[in-house]
Amino acid sequence: MSLAVSFDNIEKQFGPVRVLHGVSFDLAPGRIYGLLGENGAGKSTLMKILAGYERPGAGSVSIDGVVVTFESSRDAEATGIVLIHQELNLADHLSIVQNMFLGHEKKRGLFLDEPAMREDARARLADVGLHKHPDTRVRNLIVAEKQLVEIAKAMLRDARLLIMDEPTATLTPAETQRLFALMARLKDDGVTIIYISHKLDEVERVTDEVIVMRDGRFVSRGLTAETTRQQMANLMVGREVSDMFPDKPVIPANARIAFKVDNAYVPGWAENVSFSVQAGEVFGFAGLVGAGRTELFEGLVGLRTRAAGHITLEGERINPRNPRAAMKHGITYLSEDRKGRGLHVDMALKDNLTMMTLERYAHPLLDAQAERDALKKAVGDFGIRTGNLASRARMLSGGNQQKLALAKFLHPDPRVIVLDEPTRGVDVGAKRDIYFLIHALAAEGRAVIVISSELIELIGLCHRVAVMRGGQLVATLGREHLTEERLIAHATGTH
Amino acid sequence: MRPAHTEGVEGSSSLGSFARRLHGVGPLLGLVALCIGGTLLNPDFATFDNAMNVLTRTSFIGIIAVGMTFVIISGGIDLSVGSMAALIAGSMIWIMNALAHGVGGHTLAPLAIITVGIVLALVLGGLFGLAHGLLVTKGRIEPFIVTLGTLGIFRAVLTWLADGGALTLDNNLSDLYGPVYYASLFGIPVPIWVFLIVAAGGVIVLNRTVFGRHVQAIGSNEQVARYAAIRVDTVKIVTYVLLGLCVGVATVLYVPRLGSATPTTGLLWELEAIAAVVVGGTALRGGEGRVIGTVIGAILLSVIANILNLTSIISVYLNAAVQGAVIIFVAFLQRGRR
Repeated sequence: MSLAVSFDNIEKQFGPVRVLHGVSFDLAPGRIYGLLGENGAGKSTLMKILAGYERPGAGSVSIDGVVVTFESSRDAEATGIVLIHQELNLADHLSIVQNMFLGHEKKRGLFLDEPAMREDARARLADVGLHKHPDTRVRNLIVAEKQLVEIAKAMLRDARLLIMDEPTATLTPAETQRLFALMARLKDDGVTIIYISHKLDEVERVTDEVIVMRDGRFVSRGLTAETTRQQMANLMVGREVSDMFPDKPVIPANARIAFKVDNAYVPGWAENVSFSVQAGEVFGFAGLVGAGRTELFEGLVGLRTRAAGHITLEGERINPRNPRAAMKHGITYLSEDRKGRGLHVDMALKDNLTMMTLERYAHPLLDAQAERDALKKAVGDFGIRTGNLASRARMLSGGNQQKLALAKFLHPDPRVIVLDEPTRGVDVGAKRDIYFLIHALAAEGRAVIVISSELIELIGLCHRVAVMRGGQLVATLGREHLTEERLIAHATGTH
Repeated sequence: MRPAHTEGVEGSSSLGSFARRLHGVGPLLGLVALCIGGTLLNPDFATFDNAMNVLTRTSFIGIIAVGMTFVIISGGIDLSVGSMAALIAGSMIWIMNALAHGVGGHTLAPLAIITVGIVLALVLGGLFGLAHGLLVTKGRIEPFIVTLGTLGIFRAVLTWLADGGALTLDNNLSDLYGPVYYASLFGIPVPIWVFLIVAAGGVIVLNRTVFGRHVQAIGSNEQVARYAAIRVDTVKIVTYVLLGLCVGVATVLYVPRLGSATPTTGLLWELEAIAAVVVGGTALRGGEGRVIGTVIGAILLSVIANILNLTSIISVYLNAAVQGAVIIFVAFLQRGRR
């Protein structure tokens, strides 16, 4: 039932770009492997080759000692290799069960066997802990639930080797727990699991062995029990990540209040939320998915209806009805959805950078040279790595896209900046860069608000953290009370 | 996850950008090939008079297509432009005739009457565009549906105004107004000059202004544009108003040609305008496009009609069929881009 994989000198090129430079390693059956590496290390490409989405340029993949060539992901699935995508691949208008059986529908004679499919779907959904009717349309699910549907769908394929690419990026701690239990059960059944994640604490908890890749090459492997998180991070980055977070400067007690919200009410999402942030402070927002954090700030900057509440910015009462008004008052909001709301991935880097403040470059015709100069400066200031300044945003890696997005939302020079999940899907090196950048922004006297699902990040980064639960701000924890246990207790209401 | 080796990806694009540049000049190459073919088939094709004739006829659709380019790049569509042109033409003629007969015993100078007609055409075009823009943005109705509705409304109102027949411009006015279509400046007919000015304006507005960049940003991804503090609704409304103004300008040039408006005036212009935009390389899903491409697309389509007129290989009645085939062929070449 189990399945052993052997990569032999795999190379892959996209155009003239070499993504994989002869990668070789073996995977024993029935184990959970953590595959680590920064964005661009070649992990995903290697996994796509294994799952039949890409073909190697040179080298070979062997399954149980036999060299195989998959023509498509269907071929790979027939062998028992299933990839759960990082980016969700569900048809929004179809129901959960229709999505789960898409392309593999069960039939009785000429017709679909709906009851049988529904029955199977129900069982798999229970396995992953998603308590939704199989006929629910996928567009009515939140992101975390969609991720669970993807996992349940993979379960249907009777996988013997399961590849999970950042499966917990959108899951709550409870859902993550359930996923880990499911993984343990699969492992007991002899399924090999390759687990890709940027969350090293999870890798440490759930995997048997870690394999590290860097710059398209195999770097190192070792038993998880014998490798510390620090070692993992160092191997991924290729240098010492001695300190992920900068020191927090002390905010003087008499520092002015830069941003103050009283009794904000965003219908359906947030009620009676009040808080204030001092100049120079990094202020965190913790909470489970659906607690209303994103929607609260979308309401505050006029992206959604705000029914009541007062906003005071640098002592001035403001009432922004749309993002442009908010920006003019000096507050910008960077969405958690980088490709769907943050950046125009099909547009040029300079177009993205200057998008919010284009008027500055118009006299009255746009001065493309001034825009290019601004991009050159931003690339230096924010450490955006790109070979060609004329390329489109989609050509950048996740970390560099995020740095570009930060540069874009800082370009209007806001006094208050709200960053929603600023390090989601970003590698360790870029994460550290972003943390230092956030503190540099605060040191300039701005108020920085960070919404994050990563507790370690909030604790390491923020002076104070507000916790939201069910649309209410339930607690604000100062430095001396900032612990994972307290944050989780407030977020889940179990204290 | 994407490869982070962006340096290489971009370095690679010497080939990629060559392909892209080839894509950019594709319509132009097609036009050149057609012209060579036309010359070989009929020596009359490659004459100055014929070229001016083709370009003059192109200018109506071309001017509308420039406006249409903005609407399509922003992710919208306007199916009503042909009917809109017909109604504007009918209203112009109706008002000008009424003024020519005198209002309350006063009569205006013929030149003043024509000026009123021209201003009315532009105002009506702008107002119709504004109505489309408001219905699409504030009314949150699909542009396809909004303009499908007004397509019917505009033409029906014209037919009612004309009482099912033709509205014909007063003879005296017609003689005075005629030069707007028939006269030449430096040997080039007036409509071509106007087409050139509108096209040049379109190029500059799309590529060199804040508005043009915002139009592209909205078509590329409306959500991202909204989050980037762009006034999405305002920009969209302005694209429809600009298109309405373009229709107004085209009608001002068109009315002196025949001096009348009938229920078949401007029939299927919307399809020709949209076809010119698509042939010119603008994606129907929005986000990217070129005004120059649209201009070439419009000329290419009328060159096809011209060649069919001058030669007897294919019946003139099959003109629309040949144009249709060209549109599908171009779409085939452009498929799977991006």
